[in-house]
Amino acid sequence: MKAFLMYKDRDFDLQRRLPPNEQALTQDLELDTLFNAMALGDKFLFEVAEKAVLTGLNDDLGTILYRQHILKDCLKNSSIVRDIYDIAVESIESKKKSYWGWGFSKYPSSILYGSIEVLQIFVSMLKKLKNIADEHADKFESEGFTAFFAMLNKELSDEYFASIQNHLSELKFRDGVLISAELGKGNKGTNYMLRKSHDKKQSWMKRIFATKTPIYTFYISDRDESGARALSELNDRGLNLVANALAQSTDHILSFFTMLRTELAFYVGCLNLHGRLAQKGEPMSFPLPIAPGERRHSFNGLYDVCLALSLEQRVVGNDVNADNKDLMIITGANQGGKTTFLRSIGLSQLMMQCGMFAPAESFSSNVCDGLFSHYKREEDTTMKSGKLDEELSRMSNIVDNITSNSMLLFNESFAATNEREGSEIARQITSALLEKRIKVFFVTHLYEFAHGFYDKKMENVIFLRAERQSDGKRTFKLIEGEPLQTSYGEDLYNRIFGNTC
Amino acid sequence: MISTYYNSILFERTEDSIKKETLDAPVFFADLNLDQIIDAITAGRQEYNLKPFFYSSLNDNDAIKYRHEIMRDLENKILFEHIKSFAQKMRAMREHLAQADKLHYKYQKESWFLDAVEIYCDAVNCLVHDLTIADLKSRGFFDFREYLTNYANSDRFTSLLAETKKLKADLSTVKYCLLIKGNSIKVRKYESEIDYSANVEETFEKFKQGAVKDYRVTFSDWLEMNHVEAKVLDLVAQLYSDIFLNLDNYCTKNGNYLDETTGVFDREIQFYVAYLEHVALFKRVGLKFCYPQISNKGKEVYDYEGFDLALAYKLITENSSVVCNDFYLKDKERIFVVSGPNQGGKTTFARTFGQLHYLASIGCPVPGSEAQLFLYDKLFTHFEKEENIKDLRGKLEDDLIRIYNILSQATLNSIVIINEILTSTTLKDAVFLSKKIMEKIIQLDLLCVWVTFIEELASFSEKTVSMVSTVVPENPALRTYKIVRRPADGVSYAISIAEKYRLTYDCLKERIKS
Repeated sequence: MKAFLMYKDRDFDLQRRLPPNEQALTQDLELDTLFNAMALGDKFLFEVAEKAVLTGLNDDLGTILYRQHILKDCLKNSSIVRDIYDIAVESIESKKKSYWGWGFSKYPSSILYGSIEVLQIFVSMLKKLKNIADEHADKFESEGFTAFFAMLNKELSDEYFASIQNHLSELKFRDGVLISAELGKGNKGTNYMLRKSHDKKQSWMKRIFATKTPIYTFYISDRDESGARALSELNDRGLNLVANALAQSTDHILSFFTMLRTELAFYVGCLNLHGRLAQKGEPMSFPLPIAPGERRHSFNGLYDVCLALSLEQRVVGNDVNADNKDLMIITGANQGGKTTFLRSIGLSQLMMQCGMFAPAESFSSNVCDGLFSHYKREEDTTMKSGKLDEELSRMSNIVDNITSNSMLLFNESFAATNEREGSEIARQITSALLEKRIKVFFVTHLYEFAHGFYDKKMENVIFLRAERQSDGKRTFKLIEGEPLQTSYGEDLYNRIFGNTC
Repeated sequence: MISTYYNSILFERTEDSIKKETLDAPVFFADLNLDQIIDAITAGRQEYNLKPFFYSSLNDNDAIKYRHEIMRDLENKILFEHIKSFAQKMRAMREHLAQADKLHYKYQKESWFLDAVEIYCDAVNCLVHDLTIADLKSRGFFDFREYLTNYANSDRFTSLLAETKKLKADLSTVKYCLLIKGNSIKVRKYESEIDYSANVEETFEKFKQGAVKDYRVTFSDWLEMNHVEAKVLDLVAQLYSDIFLNLDNYCTKNGNYLDETTGVFDREIQFYVAYLEHVALFKRVGLKFCYPQISNKGKEVYDYEGFDLALAYKLITENSSVVCNDFYLKDKERIFVVSGPNQGGKTTFARTFGQLHYLASIGCPVPGSEAQLFLYDKLFTHFEKEENIKDLRGKLEDDLIRIYNILSQATLNSIVIINEILTSTTLKDAVFLSKKIMEKIIQLDLLCVWVTFIEELASFSEKTVSMVSTVVPENPALRTYKIVRRPADGVSYAISIAEKYRLTYDCLKERIKS
């Protein structure tokens, strides 16, 4: 039994390793803000959100669409989905409560009785799940949910519930435990195996009188304590395998509930985020993912979801068509929204690739195989290396892990030296990346670098500029345009110090 | 009746066999560190009590050859492994017998006994097979193979084997059921009831999700039975009374199943196995062993690339390298006089000489690439005792008494090894006494190694050969542990030290400005 709500044909692996640059991405894109909005204080939801968003880069186009459809179902039937989620959570909690440590017992008999107890609870939970499926399955359209409900219907028939119930009561062994054995080393009994008597209706005693094979009986006397211990050990040897089977079954059912909970947790997180953004009136849309080999990036009203989550008022969205572009160079005014824009590029890409909606009126881009960020960092406090040294070493780490069809976001990189040298480094690195089919977004003040590319008039490069109105005010909107020599630091100075001249 | 020429894998002829096995090592063992060597060789084989074999030297060339042949056969890896596997089985057999002895319940004891016999039969049959396919060259193995083959084909053995197999097969058919309820146990034969665990597992199969914890409890499987198990077994024996009656009879009848000659072989062959396994340790690091030529007339001896087996063992375990040395005596040469810097390997050289001769005398290969050694009648050592005796005169006296005793027991065919004696007197005395002793030794025509600081002995006569321990010329503090044939000048060593400190004549001329 599998939930298969994250992948069509496999489990969602919560233990899967995050990409090696997970820390840098989390920091540069302020992902924790996003995860917190999805988790609403629930640690488990946070963990799943983090895993799902960051490992989405490895998933294919089909998976993105598979999840989009499921998410649409969730948005339509949010309370049912939350009910199913709650059943999974309750099952897991109830197992924890009844866990009297029998899982670590040395006695198969106590493992067996502990397992029976837990299984009774699980069976009632599975029945609840089955009831929801019976009642609401027709409200869901996505392939994922349809298959999920069909699976419940098929696997959890009434007959099946009856046969489990039957076992659970038989395993209490009211007629005694029947064990077969053979002679092992030194004629000691071995291969103890639990057996089921031939005829259930006829009691064992009656059968004995019906057959002619001799039967010998002996009793352990009440005072014989070591005899009693030996007897219960024999009993335990017989129960060993069945106790294991039952205990493992509780584990298996638990892991079914755990997987169900894990996979639904992603969608519950999406529902939480969706609710929050909808409340603010921010636009959301399901993005159109394109194959990784192509070069697409076009959107309307794309905003930085993390900024939106931390501001009261609505945020400014951007419209860009960068289809068929490999390189986007963003220049312009300080505090003109360049970093925010770059973050919105990264966030929307991650959200799209894990199957979520995009923070935009419309959004389409090619899927990338990896997302990397290279941001200017604070001065290294450990004094281990100079700033440029540190930057280049981080760049080298990225190069160790990057592949073609990845996406790389530079934010004021290589500015820790003079402009000519910085530009040359940036130029050489960027040119190489482009040749390796890596999509590059570069926010920079390096005029020589930016204008150098502009002069080449390459078809696959697009230039954006942080807009500045004639009165010096920023709109936080980016427009296409030639890189300019100054980044309006004067403006900033003036704003802060006041225009006194 | 089995008839064969085979006597023993250690001695071809009955009259050569050790009359009375001794646990006392020969007196020179400690001086030559042979005690360490034999301890290392026999370690982990206490059950065979091999030391008496290593304590008795042979005084017959042919008896030595008999062992060489067997050693050479055993250098075939396949045969060697087969012999080891035989030994392993015999060991398992003994363990089973010991266990049977320790246990209390009859049917349990009998089962262990039955297993012991089964292992024994298997050991014999396998060995017969292995020896048959082996390309044997030695008289010893050849005769033993014939003996063992005859034994394995004898009625005594074949019927033992058949009975054992039948009984094992019968016991393996025993299958019974227990019904445990409250404090009662019912025992009866098994009647094809289905495996309920599998049945339950099947029901829950659909929930399987990858690997989960294994909840199976591991029961401590004591060899002993508790009284409940024993009671059950008694009832099972009643259910299968024929089989268990046969088991009783079998055990009564076959108490003396073990063939004595085969049992002795199992012990004696360990002499070779132990030695060869020890040798393998050294071969692995590139050290060489050879089968020495044994002469009992000519006293020309030699050994190339030899080493002290006790020291090498220590060095190998420390991952240090081992220095090999050569020696030879030809024509009239009889006596090595070893001198030179201390800690340079002089004592080691003396020990090596003694070890080589002793190991050769018990029919073993010796350290070295090529060797000819003398079949001596007696070996004497005189090593200085480590503790200083307060009364100097007493010690000198003691030294002289000991050397007197040695020389009075020694014959023309003896070997004497002397290490730094007469140190507790004046040089003049020492030179005088040494020369006197040397005269005696020469007179007896003894083979001798004499480690001494008295260089006068080195060129004493045509029978003496001077051997010197050496140092690295550039750094005299470093020993090479090489002992070379060279006149005992003693000067080269002093000169090299002087050079190092720029105190030579030439150096001083230069350094001292006029």
